[in-house]
Amino acid sequence: MAPERIVLRYSNDTADKPIIYKLVKDYDLIVNILKASINPHKEGTLVLELIGERYAEGIDYLRSQGISVHPLAQEVVRNNDKCTHCGACIVHCPTKALYVERPSMEVKFNEDECVVCLSCLKVCPVKAMEVRL
Amino acid sequence: MSIERTYAEINSRIKAGKAVVLTAEEVIERVREKGLSQTAREVDVVTTGTFGPMCSSGAFLNFGHSNPRIRISKVWLNNVPAYAGIAAADAYIGATELPEGDPCNTDYPGEFRYGGGHVIEDLVARKTVHLKATSYGTDCYPRREIETDITLDEINEAILFNPRNGYQNYNCAINLSGRTIHTYMGTLKPQMGNAHYSTSGQLSPLLKDPYFRTIGIGTRIFLGGGIGYVAWNGTQHFPGRLKDENGNDLNGAGGTLAVLGDLKQMKTGWLVGASFRGYGSTLTVGLGIPIPILNEEILALAAKTDDELYAPIVDYSDNYPNSKPGNLGVVSYAELKSGKIRINDKEIPTAPLSSYYKAREIAGTLKQWIEKGEFLLGEPSQLLPGPQAGLSGKTLSSK
Ligand code: SF4
Ligand code: SF4
Repeated sequence: MAPERIVLRYSNDTADKPIIYKLVKDYDLIVNILKASINPHKEGTLVLELIGERYAEGIDYLRSQGISVHPLAQEVVRNNDKCTHCGACIVHCPTKALYVERPSMEVKFNEDECVVCLSCLKVCPVKAMEVRL
Repeated sequence: MSIERTYAEINSRIKAGKAVVLTAEEVIERVREKGLSQTAREVDVVTTGTFGPMCSSGAFLNFGHSNPRIRISKVWLNNVPAYAGIAAADAYIGATELPEGDPCNTDYPGEFRYGGGHVIEDLVARKTVHLKATSYGTDCYPRREIETDITLDEINEAILFNPRNGYQNYNCAINLSGRTIHTYMGTLKPQMGNAHYSTSGQLSPLLKDPYFRTIGIGTRIFLGGGIGYVAWNGTQHFPGRLKDENGNDLNGAGGTLAVLGDLKQMKTGWLVGASFRGYGSTLTVGLGIPIPILNEEILALAAKTDDELYAPIVDYSDNYPNSKPGNLGVVSYAELKSGKIRINDKEIPTAPLSSYYKAREIAGTLKQWIEKGEFLLGEPSQLLPGPQAGLSGKTLSSK
């Protein structure tokens, strides 16, 4: 069985709970932490590799603690209701997945060209670009 | 004989459902086909539009009185401070105000996820907004604290009052330095990696009435999806003229508008909170102005095209932040909209921050309102100062 790669997101009130210890001790899982970070809003992100017989139970435990659990595979989608077609993302998209159609000046998104670099998420002023996990 | 029209004549044609209205884009085509004089005879109104981040926006709110009463000294809406030094239950929520405890740029470049502009967007969307207020207590206003939830419909008044909107023209921003910079003009890549601009060019209201011959106090406008008014000139209203390297007169430069309107009749999607990484948060505002074609000369200006309108190119790594003069020339909106410009023989990709797509929608909506007779022109009780007033900016010096 190959280890599962998962992303955990938790709020600041979960930050002091010994969740990794519990996964190892109570559910006999082997945990490999690939990435851990806390943003200035004190929300944490953990990227883990997890393997063991009681994997499903471990995931249920995490969810019961108010932690969101998602597989690492992700895609970028555009929230079309939010996009204002301003164009601020265009020059930051390396693959032209986001482009301006002329002369309408409508900003289009071609998902097939997207390489999930996340540049657009950083520059979009209205947070119209979202990661779907 | 050249045509002359009055506001009253145009309004009676609107009421009769006979007014001929074209958007600032459509009128360009019409003039190309039929010439200026013929078009001036046919067209009553030209509609303009712009949709972009506009700092110097905000809303006056009156919350109503609690029981017992409180003379609010400090107030927070969704944890964003609003200015309460006006009266017991009045406050002003400014677009660029940040929530208490926002990390700002401590982890540069900061995200600025939420701010006063987002509070205004949430109010318009009829979302519940958390209110917290404190006071010191008086005999007539004994209460010292209140914490509750409000919605736009539950408070007395909400007046969007934007002291400076609708910039006549704006810089084309580039970065001459060797590092990426994060500005209110977006993220600018090093060594002129990109160029950002922020007006709707040939659809932009004040570029189409550059001498303020029709726009003044009382002009009725499209504001935030509803109806608003021009209240005064905007702050930093310096309606000079843009000139090229050789001193040739090009177009309007720095006129601005103070606008207001009832927030309760404005619509989701036309007032949008915006976050600029590394800079801060603000409000994106949809604004549209009808230009009455009182004579042929007004039409000639309203029919200017993207290749007759120019923006100055400004470096945001050194010249702008340090107020250093620098002449990088001008570039036409036609070039900017093409997606690339050339500066010093380098090809630079361009992108707008203001949405031309939405600007067109605003001009189109305003046109429909007028055609249907739902929107009459407001005749200004006083026009705004134009270029001949010679207004220019003052420097805040350290003493
Ligand atoms: S994630 Fe990267 S590649 Fe995909 S649309 Fe955004 S900027 Fe373009
Ligand atoms: S920056 Fe955001 S709002 Fe602007 S065009 Fe791109 S996705 Fe749309």
